Amino acid sequence: MKRFGLISVPYLWLLALFLVPFLIVLKISLSDTALAIPPYTPTLDMSEGWAGFKEWLSGLDIENFTWLTTDDLYWKAYLSSLKIATFSTILALLVGFPIAYGMSRAPDEWRPTLMMLIILPFWTSFLIRVYAWKAILSQEGFLNQLLLNIGLISEPLTILNTNTAVYIGIVYTYLPFMVLPIYSALERLDESLLEAAEDLGCSRLSAFWLVTLPLAKQGIIAGSFLVFIPAMGEFVIPELLGGSKTLMIGKVLWEEFFSNRDWPVASAVAVVLLLILIVPIVLFQKNEEKQREAGK
Amino acid sequence: MSEAALATAPAEFAPWEDAQATPLIRFQNVTKRFGDFTAIDNLTIDIFEKEFFALLGPSGCGKTTMMRMLAGFETQTEGTILIDGQDVAPIPPNKRAVNMMFQSYALFPHLSVAENIAFGLKRDKLPKDQVAARVDEMLNLVQLDKFASRKPHQISGGQRQRVALARSLAKAPKLLLLDEPLGALDKKLRQDTQFELMDIQEKTGTTFVIVTHDQEEAMTVASRIAVMDHGKIIQVDTPAKIYEEPGSVYVADFIGDVNLIEGTVTTSGDDHATISWAEGQQDLIGIAHDEIPAGTRATLAIRPEKVNIATERPADMTNIIHGKVMDIAYLGNMSTYVIETPTGQHIKAQAANTRRIRRRAITWDQDVWLSFTDTAGVVLTS
Repeated sequence: MKRFGLISVPYLWLLALFLVPFLIVLKISLSDTALAIPPYTPTLDMSEGWAGFKEWLSGLDIENFTWLTTDDLYWKAYLSSLKIATFSTILALLVGFPIAYGMSRAPDEWRPTLMMLIILPFWTSFLIRVYAWKAILSQEGFLNQLLLNIGLISEPLTILNTNTAVYIGIVYTYLPFMVLPIYSALERLDESLLEAAEDLGCSRLSAFWLVTLPLAKQGIIAGSFLVFIPAMGEFVIPELLGGSKTLMIGKVLWEEFFSNRDWPVASAVAVVLLLILIVPIVLFQKNEEKQREAGK
Repeated sequence: MSEAALATAPAEFAPWEDAQATPLIRFQNVTKRFGDFTAIDNLTIDIFEKEFFALLGPSGCGKTTMMRMLAGFETQTEGTILIDGQDVAPIPPNKRAVNMMFQSYALFPHLSVAENIAFGLKRDKLPKDQVAARVDEMLNLVQLDKFASRKPHQISGGQRQRVALARSLAKAPKLLLLDEPLGALDKKLRQDTQFELMDIQEKTGTTFVIVTHDQEEAMTVASRIAVMDHGKIIQVDTPAKIYEEPGSVYVADFIGDVNLIEGTVTTSGDDHATISWAEGQQDLIGIAHDEIPAGTRATLAIRPEKVNIATERPADMTNIIHGKVMDIAYLGNMSTYVIETPTGQHIKAQAANTRRIRRRAITWDQDVWLSFTDTAGVVLTS
């Protein structure tokens, strides 16, 4: 009984803060827009009892979801988000793996410092850090000035308000989520495994492919999901760094909610986004489970 | 035994006594420094083919460094290492016909037992059927056929040890290095595995070099033992010689239990020396490898099991010590008696418990006489 009580706390927490809000969003996605407060119908009227509930239920339909399929903006936004999230994940992996590898091979006394450097950016607001990139990437920004001064370019580069800036922003923001799981996998790697591989005839490079990489696999998978999942629904970075051509589902969602005040369609967009993300989330959980088993 | 049988009995394996034999491994004035620390100090030694050679010493004595230089993970600072007549300094570990069994076993956790064993064979680009055949052969050798598809974390420590052995033997190396191979096993399993190791070494005819800090293990498996300390080899000999005729107090003390009796040399011949060691006690005689000038400080090393204990003064012995029983340690098959001499020295004697303990003749505080033969002890000056 005591154990049950202990377990129930996080579940109640999830119930209150995840499942209930999701059910509310799901309900709104099945409603119609209305010029009212709240801006949708039907609303459940408790005073009318069972008949009221029946009426409320009959007012729900999947019209908004069908709407999403008729306007190509939505599926284009989903696809574009998918593309941006995928590329960002690959970029973050290409940047993050060498960092994690370097950290795991660094002398013991250096590691806490290196770890600190990875975590340090979290001490500043995410919003401020993304704003800082505006100052770096703009036409008159630090990066262009530097490149102009050393004579590498003669015309300032247009980076801000393009997809490039969005990639930079996402990779920058989510890099620690890529580095840390890979680092923890590599740090556990016993040096003598690499020596054994060499002893059995591997070159350094093939020892890396045959031993290091397979053993870091679960860290790589975990890191990739930790970058991909939030990048998929990212709103702040494309809003601040991306241009008018940057199409991401997070932005569409925001516009539906706040510009169009079309809560039902916005909710439908959110529900579909969640359904899309369920696949990688489940895969991520599976990977975590496997990792726990291997660690035993 | 008939004369014919005697004639066909195999000659004892002792290539180190044969001046014609060419060693497989030669260390020539090898020194290895890590910064200021000298791990190996001007070391010269030959190891022969098919030997089971043990490097024995306390941790930090340089034995592991020697092994890592043979594997190619370290390069000597000075001197030459030859394997099969070839200077190995420029050869990287993956190009040496030397394999190593790691102390941690270093089994690849993501590969099955069979894949672990096949790992080295696949690097040689052998055809698939040959790899499979060799893996089967190895699995058979270490009796793990049933566990081929298990992952390392799904088998026991003893089985993991055998996988590591099979993997390092799979490529049929000229030389197999074993780094504390049995360190992680419990005592019973360790003893069984020691015999298994010897058996496999004999079957495969591979030269084994084993690093260990466990003197019993070295004694059991090795054809020769090199006792090391501070980067130097103190003595290289067969287990029997190391034990019976240690060349120094360090070796005598390191291997097994020993009484060290300090005294002054009174007379000395080619092969024996007499020391005077305590007032009121008779001088003791032991074997000596060289003539020692009279008056030199020396130590007589005598193993407890070679000391006889009696309640009566033995008549026909030259080496006699008189004392009182201070302590008796009952070990089951034998007992160790600690005797205190009138001058306060402690000397151990061991006797087999051939009788039931209730009927033992010797008890605490009893006057006893210890005795040993003229050739039982060794007089050492260093």
